[in-house]
Amino acid sequence: MTDQKTEETAETLDIWVAGTEEPQFQPTDEGTQEFGPEESEYRLADQFGRVVTDDYVFDDEVEEDERTVINMGPQHPSTHGVLRLQLELEGEVIRRTKPIIGYLHTGMEKTAEQLTFSQGPTNVTRMDYLAPMHGELAYSLAVERLLDVEVPPRAAAIRVLMSELNRISSHLVALATNGMDIGALSMMIYGFREREAILAFFEKNTGLRMNHNFIRPGGTAADLVPGWKDDVAAILEELPRRLTEYDDLLRANPIWMARTQGVGVITPDEAVAYSITGPALRASGVDWDLRKAFPYSGIEQYEFDVPLGENGDVYDRYRVRVEEIHESLKIVEQVMDTMPKGDYRIGDRKITPPPRARIDESMEALIHHFKLFTEGFKVPPGETYVAVESPRGELGCYLVSDGEARPYRMHTRAPSFYNLQGLPIAMADSLVADTVATIASMDPVMGDVDR
Amino acid sequence: MHVVLETLADRFESVSWEDSHGQDVARVPAEDWLQFATAAKKAGFEVCSDVTAVDWLRARPQRYEVVASLVSMEHRARLRMITTLGREDPTIASLTSLWSGAGFAEREVYDMFGIVFDGHQDLTRILMPDDWEGHPLRKDFGVGMVPVQFKASHQVD
Repeated sequence: MTDQKTEETAETLDIWVAGTEEPQFQPTDEGTQEFGPEESEYRLADQFGRVVTDDYVFDDEVEEDERTVINMGPQHPSTHGVLRLQLELEGEVIRRTKPIIGYLHTGMEKTAEQLTFSQGPTNVTRMDYLAPMHGELAYSLAVERLLDVEVPPRAAAIRVLMSELNRISSHLVALATNGMDIGALSMMIYGFREREAILAFFEKNTGLRMNHNFIRPGGTAADLVPGWKDDVAAILEELPRRLTEYDDLLRANPIWMARTQGVGVITPDEAVAYSITGPALRASGVDWDLRKAFPYSGIEQYEFDVPLGENGDVYDRYRVRVEEIHESLKIVEQVMDTMPKGDYRIGDRKITPPPRARIDESMEALIHHFKLFTEGFKVPPGETYVAVESPRGELGCYLVSDGEARPYRMHTRAPSFYNLQGLPIAMADSLVADTVATIASMDPVMGDVDR
Repeated sequence: MHVVLETLADRFESVSWEDSHGQDVARVPAEDWLQFATAAKKAGFEVCSDVTAVDWLRARPQRYEVVASLVSMEHRARLRMITTLGREDPTIASLTSLWSGAGFAEREVYDMFGIVFDGHQDLTRILMPDDWEGHPLRKDFGVGMVPVQFKASHQVD
């Protein structure tokens, strides 16, 4: 009934189909018009929308020119800073990824050559701004190895306490941003809230929330403030309970599980070949932690386990971080219980400044203080490489001295820089939607990547 | 010296060994660089954790030092291999055929020192802009001598 009616309408109405030959207009009655001779019924039906064609058919073999290259970043909100990715897509599937970095390069290795050894920690602490304590620790350990000095037990214990607390705060940010990128916004707020307790502790003890310049060659900048045990005890009491709560919350969320499990897989062989370290390596099941393999700062005297993953996917990297927070809390508790008494820095006044009160009494102390803060201390010629386990992996410091008060060369082996090499592997043949989940699970800090 | 390294030391007579503050350092001639690295990988050093360089300018006859840090997870050992390169046309064999992880590090050394890694698949600048002139971590690249970049940016919409 309707078809007939439409055909009738088409015949009677003035319709000329674009792309066809212009019909020879006959001088007819006013308002009528004829169609061209080749106008078929099919085309008419197509024009009127009665024919449905399926556009969504892909050939199995996609031509090279059907690949799309899209640019992600450097201002993308989910790239954790200024990471830029070039993604080569086939439909919605990522075939190739190229990370492009350098947007935050500030020449810190060059700057380090201009700063004295005692000024150095102010520079390295700004590299990995989520784990400043580890940057300072690697640098200080390297300087101390060149000087062949050993810090007092209390200084070593304070360093372990601070760096492990820093690991917890850094992992909390990783969990928070990972949640935020996948859409679990409550995790973002929870993660940053718990981190606040640790940052408050840092502020009380070091004076700053970030970029502390607290761990210095020869010990630490200051002793822990009186009553620090109460603050640490409060963190130890509150954090595990809340962390378990958030963990249960996320793992009971089917969307979280579906978006993390089996996504961004890195096999153990790939992880080793691409020099990936830290939680991303351990999530693939490789048992490698520098705190166990090459212990530093007396960390071997504390008991802790190295949590491992099985599949190397986003979910495992998340699990490893949660477990590492629990392990770090164990270390913090042991350090709190066994904190040795003594000085928080070595007594050599050629390396560490004299106590403030001594400057008014002793001429020698005044000279030491003046020399230390004008020209710094000289370090015997040599080269060394010291690595610590930062929240992101092996954070190394390669230090070369030519006998002057400034390093001849300072190179930082930045874990995020090397971990980014695993991104193309993890993202190959995955969906565009999983990109942000994979990036977040690698937890790159661009200050650490670009330096 | 770590036990793993003893077999390596026997095989390469041209390599001199040092104990640098308790760490094993192998001074490798540039022409044996890749060969020694291959043997080191076979001996169990499955990770190349870092590649970097030092510019000695006029302080030493050979201007550049290339430093690679290797790690053996199996034997819990570290090895640092160091080679020297002359000031004219510094070129060295790339380690990327052995360790893919050296790729970014060698690009960084190329970017910062202008040392060319022979056999690297994608030897381009990594941290500096592509059109940057010079290599910033060379000692003759002075601080404060660089004209201000992007200073016309306020005129651009």
